[in-house]
Amino acid sequence: MHKVATSRVDWSALREDFPILQERVNGHPLIYFDSAATSQKPRAVLDVVRNYYEHENANVHRGLHALSARATEHYEKSRQRVADFIGAASADEIVFTRGTTESINLVAQAWGGKFLRAGDVILLTEMEHHSNLVPWQLLAGRIGARLRFVPVRDDGTLELEKLSSLLTAEVKIFAFTHVSNSLGTINPVAELCQKARSVGAMTLVDAAQSIGHMPLNVQELGCDFLAFSGHKMCAPTGVGVLYGGLDVLDSVPPWHGGGEMITSVTLEKSTFKKPPHRFEAGTPNIAGAIGLAAAIDYLEGIGRAEIFKHDVDLASYALQGMADVTGLHVLGPSRDRGGVISFVMGAAHPHDLTTFADQYGLALRGGHHCNQPLMRRFGVPGTSRASFYLYSTREEIDRMVDILDKAVRFFK
Amino acid sequence: MNLELGDLEELYQDVILDHSRRPRNFGELSDAAVRVHGDNPACGDEIHLAVKFNGNGGLEEIKFTGHGCAISQASASLMTTKLKGKSRDEVEEMLRSFHDLVTSENNDAPKKLGDLRAMRGVRKFPQRVKCAMLPWRAVEQALRQTEGEATVSTEEPEFA
Repeated sequence: MHKVATSRVDWSALREDFPILQERVNGHPLIYFDSAATSQKPRAVLDVVRNYYEHENANVHRGLHALSARATEHYEKSRQRVADFIGAASADEIVFTRGTTESINLVAQAWGGKFLRAGDVILLTEMEHHSNLVPWQLLAGRIGARLRFVPVRDDGTLELEKLSSLLTAEVKIFAFTHVSNSLGTINPVAELCQKARSVGAMTLVDAAQSIGHMPLNVQELGCDFLAFSGHKMCAPTGVGVLYGGLDVLDSVPPWHGGGEMITSVTLEKSTFKKPPHRFEAGTPNIAGAIGLAAAIDYLEGIGRAEIFKHDVDLASYALQGMADVTGLHVLGPSRDRGGVISFVMGAAHPHDLTTFADQYGLALRGGHHCNQPLMRRFGVPGTSRASFYLYSTREEIDRMVDILDKAVRFFK
Repeated sequence: MNLELGDLEELYQDVILDHSRRPRNFGELSDAAVRVHGDNPACGDEIHLAVKFNGNGGLEEIKFTGHGCAISQASASLMTTKLKGKSRDEVEEMLRSFHDLVTSENNDAPKKLGDLRAMRGVRKFPQRVKCAMLPWRAVEQALRQTEGEATVSTEEPEFA
């Protein structure tokens, strides 16, 4: 029997914090198992965003009036909150972006555009989300750099024994995901960063799937850049973060030009602020940044270590239940994995299964999960994916397994 | 039976599940005049359609290969069964009728569609219309093309 994990957190009471979990879908209570795509938002975050628009809304860094000062203070306090959350040495190491994708594009285009030359190697892995692949393809195409990939084993882990032959002096940056959005694989980030550093390569960690799910400290990981989105960690959509060390960010030229990022402008030329403001052209997503800080408060109130234990418990409970579903095959590691489970079923194509599950109120993702090369690697056009978060429960997993059994009978 | 299961059973009628499991006209056509590759990039469904025309430009032979969800595969199988031997005008009319069948709320499923009428359940699942239309987009292109190879996509043309 599966041992019931003991926890100081009352996980079922915590569901009350998420208004959307009261929704009914197609006549059934919503089972939201698509948190790897975007998480749901707790009332604490919704309230802070609403309060901002009702009591503080103004543009930042430019108005001399009271509201602008209030908005600026709240926005910059949020930057500090993010810095503390990821263990950055200073708030100046936190650039607000639209999300992980924009953060990675910033590094590829502004940093890569300055420091990479024809023939240089960009090392990635076979399990990257398109957001950590396509920006590098664009850069490589523009400057004549080469892409190399760390292969993925059949069990969904990285083939680390290949690393020494791939991670050569030609590699200028090694960019990789912390947790795979399809396989749930947790990569050994600190070890990978240390190995990259030993050949003089920079590192970028895609923390989109890990940031809200486990303790994370950039100084312990030893990465040069770290990218994540707010919306997968209980914050609103449209806000994300690029972390970079002060010296590193200071070496990067401006990317987007516009207001807020300049010190002086003539008709001919401009001078630019220091990071992070150099990279925040135009009016930023102020409410988003404030909402992100509120999400951090919320998650820290529970504890990321507790959330990680909850994820791992749900994943192993689900794997156990799914093992009994006829013809169901799970991709990815059988242990040491996050709360993301990709699977295929003999009886039903992922899209048919997703449609079927939706009729029972179960939100799964079906498709390639922005991982087309990885899907090809495993010889499947796509998978169904169940992904969990702090508000997911074992009881919901029981209902999912029941729905999967029904699907087997329906499509057989 | 509750309403939701009714929708599912209307979408996945026995004739659809049967055609998806045992697709008709599935295979290669060595002397095809046109080959059209239909992609649904959003979900990875693929239909490779091969068509041979008769002297009047009608469809003498039509076969397909590929993979995808039950809806796209059954749609291709049912479509090839229905269109084989049809004139160009008949194919074009069938294409319009089928599109109406899977998209229009008030459509009484014309008798001439035959077994294809089983696909009418798709109209309650707007996200699945592309799956049902994929093989039809391919046949539409085959008529335009009349010879050679082409690729069609359920998405807008891409900038490469």
